[in-house]
Amino acid sequence: MFLDNLPILSMLIWVPILGGIWTLIISDQQERIVKHFSLFITTITFLLSAVLYYQFDNSFSGMQFIEEFYWIEAFGIKYHLGVDGIALPLIMLTTFTTVLVVLAAWEVIDENISYYMCAFLVLTGLMNGVFVALDSILFYVFWESMLIPMFLIIGIWGGPNRVYATIKFFLYTFLGSVFMLVALLYLYSVTGSFNIQALHEVPLELTAQKLIFIAFFLAFAVKIPMWPVHTWLPDAHVEAPTGGSVILAAIMLKMGGYGFLRFSLPIAPDASLFFGNTMIVLSLIAIVYIGFVALVQEDMKKLIAYSSISHMGFVTLGFFIPFGIFAATNSSAGAVMGMEGAMMQMISHGFISAAMFLCVGVMYERLHSRMIKDYGGVVNSMPCFAAFMMLFAMANSGLPGTSGFVGEFLVILSSFKVSFWIAFTAALTLILGAAYTLWMYKRVIFGEAIREEVSDLKDIDAREGFILFLLASVVLLFGVWPAPVFDVMHVSVQQLIEHISQTKLL
Amino acid sequence: MRTDLIIVIPEITLLTMACLVLLVDAFSKDPLHKITYWVTQLSLLLTLCALFYYSPDYSYIAFNGGFITDTMSVLLKGFICAITIIVFFYSYEYLKENELLKGEYFVLGLFAVLGMMIMTSAYHLLSIYLGLELLSLSLYAMVAMQRESTFATEAAIKYFVLGALASGMLLYGISMIYGVTGSLQLTEITEAINSGVVDRMYLVYGMVFLIVGIAFKLGAAPFHMWVPDVYQGAPTSVTLFISSAPKLAGFAMAVRILVDGLFPLVDDWQAILSVLAVLSMAIGNIIAIAQTNIKRMLAYSTIAHVGYLFLGLIAGTASGFAGSMFYIISYALMSMGTFGMIILLGRYDLEAEKLDDFKGLSIRNSWFAFIMLCLMFSMAGVPPFLGFWSKWFVLKELVASGFIELAVVAVFFSIIGVYYYLRIIKLMYFDQPDTMSAIKASQQMRAVLTINGLLILLIGLAPNSLMRICLTAFSG
Repeated sequence: MFLDNLPILSMLIWVPILGGIWTLIISDQQERIVKHFSLFITTITFLLSAVLYYQFDNSFSGMQFIEEFYWIEAFGIKYHLGVDGIALPLIMLTTFTTVLVVLAAWEVIDENISYYMCAFLVLTGLMNGVFVALDSILFYVFWESMLIPMFLIIGIWGGPNRVYATIKFFLYTFLGSVFMLVALLYLYSVTGSFNIQALHEVPLELTAQKLIFIAFFLAFAVKIPMWPVHTWLPDAHVEAPTGGSVILAAIMLKMGGYGFLRFSLPIAPDASLFFGNTMIVLSLIAIVYIGFVALVQEDMKKLIAYSSISHMGFVTLGFFIPFGIFAATNSSAGAVMGMEGAMMQMISHGFISAAMFLCVGVMYERLHSRMIKDYGGVVNSMPCFAAFMMLFAMANSGLPGTSGFVGEFLVILSSFKVSFWIAFTAALTLILGAAYTLWMYKRVIFGEAIREEVSDLKDIDAREGFILFLLASVVLLFGVWPAPVFDVMHVSVQQLIEHISQTKLL
Repeated sequence: MRTDLIIVIPEITLLTMACLVLLVDAFSKDPLHKITYWVTQLSLLLTLCALFYYSPDYSYIAFNGGFITDTMSVLLKGFICAITIIVFFYSYEYLKENELLKGEYFVLGLFAVLGMMIMTSAYHLLSIYLGLELLSLSLYAMVAMQRESTFATEAAIKYFVLGALASGMLLYGISMIYGVTGSLQLTEITEAINSGVVDRMYLVYGMVFLIVGIAFKLGAAPFHMWVPDVYQGAPTSVTLFISSAPKLAGFAMAVRILVDGLFPLVDDWQAILSVLAVLSMAIGNIIAIAQTNIKRMLAYSTIAHVGYLFLGLIAGTASGFAGSMFYIISYALMSMGTFGMIILLGRYDLEAEKLDDFKGLSIRNSWFAFIMLCLMFSMAGVPPFLGFWSKWFVLKELVASGFIELAVVAVFFSIIGVYYYLRIIKLMYFDQPDTMSAIKASQQMRAVLTINGLLILLIGLAPNSLMRICLTAFSG
């Protein structure tokens, strides 16, 4: 087939970027063309990733679709791309979400539409680049340059306090990343290679591993974000335009998780073991404490932002539970389950948080308020919307039958192997999550309409309904049949667990 | 002797042409000094040609050890001439617009370039000093050229007094070195030190003064006091000149003295430079945050950049020096572009000096706002722009030499630095403009600035060749 020899990973990066530049050339004058063109490009990108999924070999744990040639020959830096089972689901998530973001902006963004689309398309390409880069410097370049479009998106189209939020976002994430750069340079001075897979193999002393782990931790923990370096996220989420929030929650946070799997764990497994308990405790704090924080929020977007942090706590818990298992049982039984649960949680949270932010976006467009107290009784005027939001609220609180349940359940199950109390504390989220999500839902959707405008709200139109329908079907599909995700990543995760269970000490 | 003369043909060409420009300008009655300007550009082009035509591809020491031509000097001289051509282009536009046009500007500029070329090739402490003075005296006069402006006069006096002080220090250091080693020629100094008979204490004592002199000329903290005042007070075209090509010459001087001459004392100067580097990065980056005048802000940013430049030297390896060279060349490119933007935005009697003049630039002119965005992100060291690679290069060499703590300190200060660059982007993209007046600039100005800005992005995407060039400079 002609698709076989396509440099499909490069296309995933460059089609959106070049498309983004082209939207600038089309310019704001032809608003309709800009929109249709952007939709076309994102759809093409999604189809490309679908081809990738279709051609992907589930039974092979290594990298596939490799593209490799010298970029900076003077230092052996390569343009080296490839995917494995860990990256593929995240790429699918990225390309799927950006289609929704373009659709969601259709009637909402009225100024500088071509810049807006350009920023998002370029961002898509860079995000794909992060997931497929196999050279650490190439990874770093994508990782950092991604901040530029996001900085502009929040700063130009954001809310009233956008400048503060976007500068905080940039500085926070930049702070984490530069230390990662030093760690990568150190690794280069040890191995003489920037190849990520070569870095996986290099033996390192414990002290070196610990320092490297801390440097990576700063980069990825800020991005994911973990308690206590999460404070940029609520600000950025609240001020960002709906599309920006969706991308932040659905994909950017996942990059932190991806970074842990690609760098921290395999490069410094012994340090990960050493810090395992600390990480588990930090994750539990995020799950429980941030859950309580979410409970008292009055701003819907802020509430969802905190709920994201809490859910990402599950992800980090799942990533470090294997080390707890190694330490407690001396075997790796159940470790794969925990990590797969965390991966599933990342994917599912991508869809659910995107859906929740889009729901808030739908209401915000109509009433220009994100405050819970301004609403109430929305169900009377927007029954269809209320039904969709009901589903997403349930999924957010981890109802069985939705994708939100699968990941959390596996992680909890796996934590039992380490300690009952870890599992118990983690399971509190099922109560807390239900409490903050459903309480918000109740106050917003049911009850008497406090403001008159609420009763005049128009229900969702076909465009909005279509977006929410797509997300709802994915959430339900993965809730009852998560196999497509697990099948893809199983072998890779297994191989990762095998790799990290072995010491790299000299 | 013949070969000796052949290798200085570029310098001779430039000297002859500079005298010719002086004559041409004396006889030309054109208020726009068109002929002077074009002959100046022609002289630089001729020098460039001579440079590549007459330079041997091996290193050669001429004039009894006083002058060297090697890959580094040829490359740096080439970059100096090329950068000066662009600088003069921007300057001409600026001077014409602000009615400051005088023929002396170009003559002095050419003599400054001659001084830089001598500094780059000097292999004898006295010839280094001569080159440096030729450069400095021309620059003092250029700063003072706007005679009616009190700021410019103040800046010139300050520059002159402090510069003279620095020269004095340098001379004092040179005399100390001469006292212990009995020579001013760099290879002889190295041999004398290696022979082990000289007293190390006096040597280090002399070296400290040499480093003070270098730090002064480059503007490293704590010898940076003149930088903000001169950057702010001088006409923008002169600031543009000071912040670009002379930095390359200063780098060459540092390499000549520290690497070619005093390399046996590497442990000592590494320690001193580390202190200077950390101080420069700290003071430059932190104080820049408080500035409201963009020229002053860029002055502090220069101080910080000089700190990063030192990091490559501290690494103490050939590739580390190459990293510093890469850094200073990219810095010159970025600095030129940024001052070019200031010139572009300025109009007669109203220079775009305040940060607020950048407000809402994306609405007034989205293309040049984008160019400025590239420049600012590049200065901040965010990939994929050129500035990222320059920081990457020196940090990499620093880590490779085992100075990991220093690298951590350096990246920490770069985070602080990001803030004030982001503020300019914030002003351009997130704020509304105070005025909607269109940008008035000639087509050539727009074109050159566009190329300058795009170069930052393009070299950032494919930095391999420039890195290779810098590596070859030190591979011998």
